[in-house]
Amino acid sequence: MNGITLAVGATTTRTLTLTLFVVLVAATLAITIWASRQTKSAADFYAGGRSFTGFQNGMAIGGDYMSAASFLGIAGIIALNGYDGFLYSIGFLVAWLVALLLVAELMRNSGRYTMADVLAFRMRQAPVRTAGSISTIIVSIFYLLAQMVGAGALVALLLGIKPGDTFLGMSAEAAKIVTIALIGVLMIVYVTVGGMKGTTYVQIVKAFMLMLGALVLTLMVFAAFKFNLSSLLGEAAAKSGRTPPESFLQPGLRYGRDIAGNAAATLASKLDLISLGLALVLGTAGLPHILIRFYTVPNAKAARKSVVWAIGIIGVFYLMTLALGFGAAALVGRQAILAQDPGGNTAAPQLAEALGKRYLGGDFGGSLLLAIIAAVAFATILAVVAGLTLASSSSLAHDLYANVIKRGQTTERQEVVVARYSAFVIGAVSIVLGIFARNLNVAFLVALAFAIAASANLPAILFSLFWKKFNTRGATWGIYAGLISAVGIVLMSPIAWGGVSDARTPATLNAAQAKTCGVEQKSKAVSNPTALFSCTTAAPIPLENPGLISIPIGFIFAALGALTSKERNPDKFAELEARSLTGAGAV
Amino acid sequence: MSTETPVPTGTDDVNRYVTVANTPEFAELRRSLRRFVFPVSAAFLIWYALYVLLSAYARDFMSTKVVGHVNIALIFGLLQFVSTFLIAWLYTRYADRRVDPLADDLRAKIEGSPE
Repeated sequence: MNGITLAVGATTTRTLTLTLFVVLVAATLAITIWASRQTKSAADFYAGGRSFTGFQNGMAIGGDYMSAASFLGIAGIIALNGYDGFLYSIGFLVAWLVALLLVAELMRNSGRYTMADVLAFRMRQAPVRTAGSISTIIVSIFYLLAQMVGAGALVALLLGIKPGDTFLGMSAEAAKIVTIALIGVLMIVYVTVGGMKGTTYVQIVKAFMLMLGALVLTLMVFAAFKFNLSSLLGEAAAKSGRTPPESFLQPGLRYGRDIAGNAAATLASKLDLISLGLALVLGTAGLPHILIRFYTVPNAKAARKSVVWAIGIIGVFYLMTLALGFGAAALVGRQAILAQDPGGNTAAPQLAEALGKRYLGGDFGGSLLLAIIAAVAFATILAVVAGLTLASSSSLAHDLYANVIKRGQTTERQEVVVARYSAFVIGAVSIVLGIFARNLNVAFLVALAFAIAASANLPAILFSLFWKKFNTRGATWGIYAGLISAVGIVLMSPIAWGGVSDARTPATLNAAQAKTCGVEQKSKAVSNPTALFSCTTAAPIPLENPGLISIPIGFIFAALGALTSKERNPDKFAELEARSLTGAGAV
Repeated sequence: MSTETPVPTGTDDVNRYVTVANTPEFAELRRSLRRFVFPVSAAFLIWYALYVLLSAYARDFMSTKVVGHVNIALIFGLLQFVSTFLIAWLYTRYADRRVDPLADDLRAKIEGSPE
């Protein structure tokens, strides 16, 4: 293991990591309780009293958006596959321009608490709010599940609990279950007690920790290479184990691969890359947990400022992940990363340990920096799951309960009580689903959430804000068509069915995978051993990312629905335009 | 800030929105916003699509080394960051100078007396 203590679970590291986890949880709970004293009205609960500054909200957006998947996941993809991890970062960042130019300010001016507020503004309330709420809840729960299952595995790894190992008397499996349950309980507490205000402060603290942690590691990586980018890249390529080494610095090792002698497989891989790129860039402006953050500032100008701050923070962060990924490849090495986690999720923590040893005085320095980065990762998970829980429970209470079931005949007080119960129910459901799914490969759920957001939500949002003829049928058709097609395509994709086909080449299996799939280890019938349904049946659709098909479907059905319905309400659209562009009447 | 004034929904209020929305000043506001956001959105989406397509189909070009181990793919990727930062900055400047004053005037008109 080249002296990497992570897996061995050095007692110092574990003690330090656990201590920092406890401090972090205590600090966030204190913030939550403090925030609860200032949370009285519905606007306080849903929108943090709309009193955050542009900078605070920009930090909170960063805290809401930069998940453990983007911190540990992208650093890991870059450490193992080189350049291709960068494609993810770029899509995640450029996407913010859609939010800045087309959505943030108009949404802030015309809505109150949820995404569906804007969609339903000039439509029939019940059908549009129902559709918007279903889509909000599905996107948020998929995203939430990916975070929770990822967190279970991650915390076990960070504490160095391997299968067969025990920790405080728990097996690795038990530790995963406890982690998922603990994170679930914490997010329920943040949201039910602290509401949007508590959640926002947790996200600000997390963004600060994440930026600081990444900055320290980045400076150390560059110091190790005498601040010479080219020699960092050269060393990363040399240690990547790729032939030729330079291919590590070029696109194509993971996405859009050229598969020699197989035109169908090459085409599928290229289309998958384009499909992923499309979903990333169009998905962000349709993510409900991001959209509701625009309501936490007093006006459109502050919403604009918060997105600009978010772009700065998120952009700088993704530039740093590039250094972390290449740094891990160069300083930790492919073999050591793979030995720890085949997915590469521990590349950044392993890098922290190596850098700590080098610059902070030996083994203790290594343990310390590792523990700090583990705590940052834990904070990252907590902030993101809290944001998702809040978005889905707000929509359940404000859209479905108050405006569909009660038809607007409720008091603010009742609505907030329902929102708190909703957070509890959504949290409990997520804990149960997370525990059941803890050993499934659910990383695809994040990409799927982006694809649904781009296919179901974005067409309805853009048409609502900009197209006079848009109406109830357009909104509902667009949302349901985008939602059903995105989920349907994934259910027919190689994520669900792992057999080989023209476009899917056989995988090399290990003994456990062969056993799970019920084939011989040298069998050539399996292309994806972690397929959800069957690893020997071929998928009818060779794309893993549905965006390329489902996003056009969402836009086309939204337009068709609007044009085939006779409902027109030019006065209501004039009012929406006047409100969204001027901010008049905005709460 | 614990309570909010309810959103005006009475006929009179709605009429004031509609009246203002049909003025030439409002058309000017709409035009000034759309004149920036539509073309710039198209531009950055095309610029991003170009990057994704080149990453998928122009591997040899993207692999060309420029300085040391730094190749075109890396520079192209970094330029996406630069263009995103630049557009965010340009839009803020444009909105502050050209859109906000028009919007503020019209809001005052709709809401009656400026608060």
